[in-house]
Amino acid sequence: MHGMHVNRMRWILVAIVVVAACLLPFVLSSYRVFQFNLVLVYAIVLLGLNILTGFNGQISLGHGAFYAIGAYVAAVLMDQWGVPYWATIPVAGIVCFVAGFLFGLPALRLHGHYLALATFALGISMPQILKYKGLEQWTGGVQGIVILKPDAPFGLNVSQDQWLYLFTLFVALIMFLLAWNLLRGRVGRAMVAIRDHPIAAEAMGINVAAVKTLTFGVSALYAGVGGALGAIVVQFVAPDSFVALVSISFLIGIVIGGLASISGVIYGALFIVFVPNIADEISKAAPWAVYGLFLLAFVFLAPKGVAGFVQILWGKLLNARTRNRARSATVQSQ
Amino acid sequence: MLSKRVLRAIAISGVAVGLVAGCGEQQQQGSSDPGVTESEIKIGNTNPYSGPASAYGTIGRAHAAYFKMINEQGGINGRKVNFITLDDGYSPPRTVEQIRKLVEEEQVFFLAGTLGTPTNTAIHKYVNAKQIPHIFVNTGASKWDNPENFPWTMGYNLSYPNEARIYAQYLLKNKPDAKIAILFQNDDYGKDYVHGLKLGLGDKADSMIVAEVSYEVTDPTIDSQIVSLQASGADTFFNVTTPKFAAQAIRKVYDIGWRPLHILNQVSSSVGSVLKPAGLEKSVDILTAVYLKDPTDPQWADSPDMKEYKAWFGKYYPEGNIEDGFNVPGYMIAWGVTELLKKCGDDLTRANVMKQMASIKDVEAPMMLPGIKWNTSADDFALIESGQLARFDGEKWVMFGDVIGN
Repeated sequence: MHGMHVNRMRWILVAIVVVAACLLPFVLSSYRVFQFNLVLVYAIVLLGLNILTGFNGQISLGHGAFYAIGAYVAAVLMDQWGVPYWATIPVAGIVCFVAGFLFGLPALRLHGHYLALATFALGISMPQILKYKGLEQWTGGVQGIVILKPDAPFGLNVSQDQWLYLFTLFVALIMFLLAWNLLRGRVGRAMVAIRDHPIAAEAMGINVAAVKTLTFGVSALYAGVGGALGAIVVQFVAPDSFVALVSISFLIGIVIGGLASISGVIYGALFIVFVPNIADEISKAAPWAVYGLFLLAFVFLAPKGVAGFVQILWGKLLNARTRNRARSATVQSQ
Repeated sequence: MLSKRVLRAIAISGVAVGLVAGCGEQQQQGSSDPGVTESEIKIGNTNPYSGPASAYGTIGRAHAAYFKMINEQGGINGRKVNFITLDDGYSPPRTVEQIRKLVEEEQVFFLAGTLGTPTNTAIHKYVNAKQIPHIFVNTGASKWDNPENFPWTMGYNLSYPNEARIYAQYLLKNKPDAKIAILFQNDDYGKDYVHGLKLGLGDKADSMIVAEVSYEVTDPTIDSQIVSLQASGADTFFNVTTPKFAAQAIRKVYDIGWRPLHILNQVSSSVGSVLKPAGLEKSVDILTAVYLKDPTDPQWADSPDMKEYKAWFGKYYPEGNIEDGFNVPGYMIAWGVTELLKKCGDDLTRANVMKQMASIKDVEAPMMLPGIKWNTSADDFALIESGQLARFDGEKWVMFGDVIGN
């Protein structure tokens, strides 16, 4: 009974958040809408990374590379072949799934820190690969590619920023639903089992290699979808947009938000978008030192991520309510 | 109205980012455009204060320090300058975000001195669609001089092609039968230089250029390129490389006994970070183009503009490093913005800003080398188009000859 009650409350909460997210572009200025659009983009990427790192225990310091591939797939398709923006999203996802799957095969042999280094190599080399002469006719080399922002379809009376936000929100909801569905099922349990105890997982009949490479592919797919949306939102891709730091900030995002938490990626995405700006406002001389302080503060105050912190608060609130109810029940019965 | 505010408050607090609030209402006065009030002019800027290019951050801090002085002196025509500079970390997506903040939230009057080629490329279309002056763009690329398609953007630096044309003019005059070998980095920057040299040489480009070899930023060395350039029989070497490769090239050229007329692009003209590692004795007689006064050069110590510069630096930017040459463009751009606003008078509209920017005639800016003047017109958006040649004497760059260029 109690469990069902909590479950229902959680769904009501999710519904409220979704409705609020839908209303957001109509109450905020277009610049803020653009910022929250970026939050949604990063949330999708972080979700993918969290599936890999949080749920499956494989550390990636190179997801910026898949993010870049997704962005370039979308930009090149729109720029060279005039593909409509919405059609580039699934293509970017599939390309990145294949790339992630292929990278996942050799990465199978690597564990922990070694895997982190191998993925970091991917992240750090991507900007230079994007400048490669042989690809320049498509990628535009260091110049990058400027793309046009799409208008709202069907003559809808919303601005480009509002429309793009709603479109991103729509894609994000689908990606969240798919992730939720994947993680609560058999595959999700297999992922967690492999993270917690690979030998035991194998003994129970889980095909560890297959699950791990598939997880890598799915995770890259999320990064690719996010990358494509990010390119469309920013209207520009260039090698300098995808430096190694991007990969690191993704990892920061999932740790700050909460490892192995679906809702945590939203907090992580908010952190990625807003904290650097706050740091810049506090100090022009050393914005990164301020950023570092924020990072330390989060790690100390919310060691299980913001999602864990919220969970604790939520639990306290529920406890207090149950206690209150119990007390009023006793009072009534007296 | 009220309910909209309440909704906004709920939406913002709902996502637990209280700090995003605070978008000030901008009042508009008379005929002037957003960003201008009776007492203030708002100017926007982005610079990399963090990230891989944060060495450039001092440029933005110098801008701000200059306006601090202007404001203490009473501002411009009674208006204080509110200079808002934001960190973009040299990351194009963040530049887009910060520029949108400056234009849409802060409602700045115009943008000045935004730094970096990829970062400015990312906002090029946006600012022109919004019709926001995007001036004194701080990069060497040539694409900011395109008044027909981008009438709201104008660059600041002597552009790469224009620098190359200076070398071309020098060669045509002093060494018309030169056989030129070119080494260039295979990207926009390198190609800009090569293109400029060919334009400058005109009809003679085909006969004068005997070899053209490129390298990738990822190449470990450029030794083989140098050897093949020497084999071409060239007697003039145009060295279009970034600092690390420039040092390698200088050393290799010397070591294999090749003694061409060596022209080094200004990008790599730093004595400390290029010529010293290459070997000062191996760098003797290399030529390059210069257009700014170097604060460490003793020959300018007594010139009034240098004295003024140093006085300003000591008072308004004491935490900075006076030997850092990057502060000079920061100072000059802020000076340029100040002069521009004086010229605009009380007609503070964005259209007038561009009109005044496009009608600069023979302006001698402080810290420019004598004889190098700023000039623009409605169909020429390149501010600085001339420079002076300098020869390395084993210790420092010694200028010679006349100012070359338009």
